[in-house]
Amino acid sequence: MAEMKSNWKIISPFHPEFDMNRCDYENGCRICAGECSFGEISLKPVKGKNGEVIYRPWANLSACNACQRCVKMCPQNAIHIRHEPMHTSHGYWTTYHVHNIWRQAGSDGGVLLVGTGATGPQRRYFDHMMFDACQVTNPSIDPLREPMEIRRYLGMKSDHYGGEVGPQLKLEVPIMFGAMSFGAVNLRVQEAEAIATKAVGTYWNTGEGGFHKNLRQYGSNTIVQVASGRFGVSEDYLKSAAAVEIKIGQGAKPGIGGHLPGEKVSEAISKTRMIPEGTDALSPAPHHDIYSIEDLRQLIYAIKEATEYEVPVSVKISAVNNVAPIASGIARAGADIIAIDGFRGGSGATPLQIRQNTGIPIELAISAADRRLTEEGIRNTVSLVASGGVQSSSDVLKAICLGADAVYMATPVLIALGCGMCQRCFTGKCPYGITTNKPGLAERLDVKEASQALKNLLHAWGEEIKELMGSMGISAIEALRGNRDRLRGVGLNSEELRILGIKHAGD
Amino acid sequence: MCGIVGIINTDGNLIDGSQIQEAIRIQKERGNGLGGGFAVYGVYPEHTDKYAFHIMYEGDRHSPVIPIVEDYLMSKTYIHQSEQIPVHPNNRIPKGPYFKRYFLKPIDEFLSPEQTEEDYIVDLVMNINKMDGVFVVSSGKNMAVFKGVGYPEDIADYFGIRDYRGYMWVAHNRFPTNTPGWWGGAHPFTILDKAVVHNGEITSYGTNLRWLEMYGYYCLLQTDTEVITYIYDKLTRRDNLSKEDACYVMAPPLWEEIDRTNDKKRRYLRQIYGPAIVNGPFGIVLTHSGGAIVLNDRNKLRPVVCATVGNTCYASSEECSIRLLSPDVDNVWSPKGGEPVIFDLHKEPDRWAA
Repeated sequence: MAEMKSNWKIISPFHPEFDMNRCDYENGCRICAGECSFGEISLKPVKGKNGEVIYRPWANLSACNACQRCVKMCPQNAIHIRHEPMHTSHGYWTTYHVHNIWRQAGSDGGVLLVGTGATGPQRRYFDHMMFDACQVTNPSIDPLREPMEIRRYLGMKSDHYGGEVGPQLKLEVPIMFGAMSFGAVNLRVQEAEAIATKAVGTYWNTGEGGFHKNLRQYGSNTIVQVASGRFGVSEDYLKSAAAVEIKIGQGAKPGIGGHLPGEKVSEAISKTRMIPEGTDALSPAPHHDIYSIEDLRQLIYAIKEATEYEVPVSVKISAVNNVAPIASGIARAGADIIAIDGFRGGSGATPLQIRQNTGIPIELAISAADRRLTEEGIRNTVSLVASGGVQSSSDVLKAICLGADAVYMATPVLIALGCGMCQRCFTGKCPYGITTNKPGLAERLDVKEASQALKNLLHAWGEEIKELMGSMGISAIEALRGNRDRLRGVGLNSEELRILGIKHAGD
Repeated sequence: MCGIVGIINTDGNLIDGSQIQEAIRIQKERGNGLGGGFAVYGVYPEHTDKYAFHIMYEGDRHSPVIPIVEDYLMSKTYIHQSEQIPVHPNNRIPKGPYFKRYFLKPIDEFLSPEQTEEDYIVDLVMNINKMDGVFVVSSGKNMAVFKGVGYPEDIADYFGIRDYRGYMWVAHNRFPTNTPGWWGGAHPFTILDKAVVHNGEITSYGTNLRWLEMYGYYCLLQTDTEVITYIYDKLTRRDNLSKEDACYVMAPPLWEEIDRTNDKKRRYLRQIYGPAIVNGPFGIVLTHSGGAIVLNDRNKLRPVVCATVGNTCYASSEECSIRLLSPDVDNVWSPKGGEPVIFDLHKEPDRWAA
């Protein structure tokens, strides 16, 4: 049997390499071993110059995830992460597939879990769209000299003078922080999000893990979620925030629910989610009171009644092929905001096969939904929020040109906090103290620094958006929503161009 | 670039077309000979109660689309009079499309209950413009548009606009940068009695276009002017906004100013009419039978000067056009970006015209 076990052995494709000329181990430095939360770096006793036992860092070649924590923390810059996967020689049976099968065959036969968004080779349409810029016939606008407005209001708006305007969310940048629950991330992350969004004038989203009492002071910049598990949902909860979001789906795992393992359900999480300590928090795949659009309408109005029609109600769905008619149905069911999450959207834990193979790109989904709502003459009644794979300020603006009113981003939030995208969020071992509540790890995140980093990011993207708008001769961002004329496709076929609603470059 | 001139006598006194022809002639270098046009109000006093359709047919009088359009009009309206629009070909403009004008009234029984008479006329215009080889140049009461490919002073000669008299005139000298020069694409652009002459290039076009399509406006010409005309029509005629409010929708005050003054109405207008905001450089003169509106983009990226001499008001891309007509004018000013100048007729146009 021992021999058989070796057949499934996988040496981690990454491992730290120590430059022993620089390493300060002789003076007792053990920082890297202390920082590595995955158990890749251990300390190996060796003989010192005077024959005494000293410890040098040692790579175990078993657990490195290339999180880069040791690299960043080494005071001597003595560590580099090397990438040496166990290559297969086969062109079809690549390392990825072979290792996945070994993992399943050699363990207990479980579903492969991963964190973060899809990594597959599907086309990233954002990269195949370029902005049009002003030359000669119309002047570009210098955002340093002229006012440049990027404020957005989200919520139901009448389409004619005299008609009603529902409760609105006021965004000073067209970017909100996407849902990340307490449990998936720790309270420090949420607090940093809350501080930053309050300072900048936008919103963060509690996810489905409830709204911790210590953060309720930030309610006016908070969107609370009502998801299939109904964790933490009470009348107080609904009334504590600026908006309520019904989560139907998530781009990283369309059509399936969620699972927070019992060992992560600490006392604080248990209180916030309103479930017993140590029990698994299971979110069913569908809401078991929403099997149809008319059921959704009932929930939307139940929430509106509970909140006395004072806050907008958002409905979040994953981007799927049928997104346009679904969006139309949701608008007609009374939602004020529809958030559409593309397949690149992140997740703390998602089955690998779902993440890599389900859903559609956000670029196509948002364009299709915007077009359908416009064709039906109901675009004004609802705001569209795009998310799932937004990597930069230019992606934000491209999504707006394709019809989004604003954008949710979450992975960039984590990266702004230091995340190295190692995809091990579900292990609770996050070396940056982001997706973990473990004592010793969670404290690695300093709320003050973290909130400043998020403010910096929002500010930077806001400034970049203004620059991009200026080059296009746009001084108010509402003039860009759905403005596909400002985009051109590069290297897209006619079907793709048709769905995006844009022309090819040069046309 | 483009040049524009507008003249209005707010007492409703009639001016002949020679003044505007000279005023736009001296702005020659603002155009390139690919488009010129004129709109005139008060021009058909004997037909004030009928819609005056000026229709351009590509080709000549034998164009196969003419009977199709006329059958369509006959099935939908009472045509009280129709005639060829006189033209005077010359060596600079030897040939043009075939133009006819029709004075018509809708057949009231055909109006659906939710439709106003004007909605009905707009639908007719949209349906004709969707056909190939035909274009409705103007469709308002007691007003007319003459336009084509050429320098505006030559277009003026071609149509003989000296022979027409009106209380308000606008002229446009085109330097096309987006759409190729064709007779229907020259300015002014109109719907019902609203006409727009425009100097600029709108960067919000895609957003405006999609918003308009929600309300049955189809922008077939791909010109900015068409979009501005339809936005104004939707705002003032369908949604009953005042002229000032319509201007604030198209060139809204900054959020900062709205916040500072806590102006609830402007916040509301900007919220619900976000997709109707007009961005990019523009200077426009928008005319309707009751007067004219002069508007610049918020950043004032195009020149417009205004002037008043007694009851005659002017708007122009260049001050020289105004000085040519009124050498002693002393009240000349340059309106601020985003702040509309509104010239209203003192008299109801049809009261004196009838």
